[in-house]
Amino acid sequence: MDGWTIAMIVLLAISIFFILLGTIGLHRFPDVYTRLHAATKTTTFGSIFLIAAVIVYGAFRLTEVSGDNAGSFMHLIGMSIIALLALLFTNPTGAHAIARAARRTGVEPEQAVIDDYREVK
Amino acid sequence: MLTFLMTFIGVFLLYLLMVLGTGDGGTFGYLFHWEELVAGLIISLVAAAIARTVLGKAENTKLFVRFPLFLVYIPVWFAALAKANLQVAVMVITGKIRPGIVRIEPGLKTNLGKTILANSITLTPGTLTVDAFDDREEMYIHWIKVKDTKTMDERIKGVCGSFAGWARRLAE
Repeated sequence: MDGWTIAMIVLLAISIFFILLGTIGLHRFPDVYTRLHAATKTTTFGSIFLIAAVIVYGAFRLTEVSGDNAGSFMHLIGMSIIALLALLFTNPTGAHAIARAARRTGVEPEQAVIDDYREVK
Repeated sequence: MLTFLMTFIGVFLLYLLMVLGTGDGGTFGYLFHWEELVAGLIISLVAAAIARTVLGKAENTKLFVRFPLFLVYIPVWFAALAKANLQVAVMVITGKIRPGIVRIEPGLKTNLGKTILANSITLTPGTLTVDAFDDREEMYIHWIKVKDTKTMDERIKGVCGSFAGWARRLAE
């Protein structure tokens, strides 16, 4: 195993660990809001490392191949960066939209010690 | 004019990123072929002319001007994201939570500042934005581990950490 492979394995392991924890949290937490905590944070963090692994793979193949084929791995890196940017913007926004919709339709936060939203009309 | 320039640069960079490595032009693809650059310039100019009022609102130009500060903000934000994930990991394993929805008034006036703060704290330790408003300064945050706080300042500190200050510096 060379350095590239080890780097990829480490990145993938970190990503899988956090996405797995997010999945467990999704089943373990009591209501929609706490579940969203597990779902958004861990999947964003996990996906950053997943995409980092793809970028490392692209860079690794770039060092191997040359000529006309090399472009496709450069393209892979470019597209991964666009995917990462899209994910970073849409993930928190989506979570916010779900939380807001849930609260507006009257889903109460379970085990809540405080709920200031009650007074909003 | 600044909004036009901002949209143009954004669209052009995105275009270059998508062209990177395409076709059979070698490692960088068609990126450094002049035909591709001219086509990209024309498309970006047209897109910027059409979309400048949508993407580049006058208040958003502040973020464009303060771009270096945004680059400093990224590692700060990433460190907070890493901390948030470890915290969620501990909560998933131990199951110790104390959730609640709290109201904060971070004193941000622009929509851009509110957006930055809302999205940042959704991805940082223990907090999730439930509601924010166009015309009001208050925000409602679902907090997974509520700490007892007396004053609003303490509460803002507990919920946002340094992010309220960052959003103010970036957008206001």
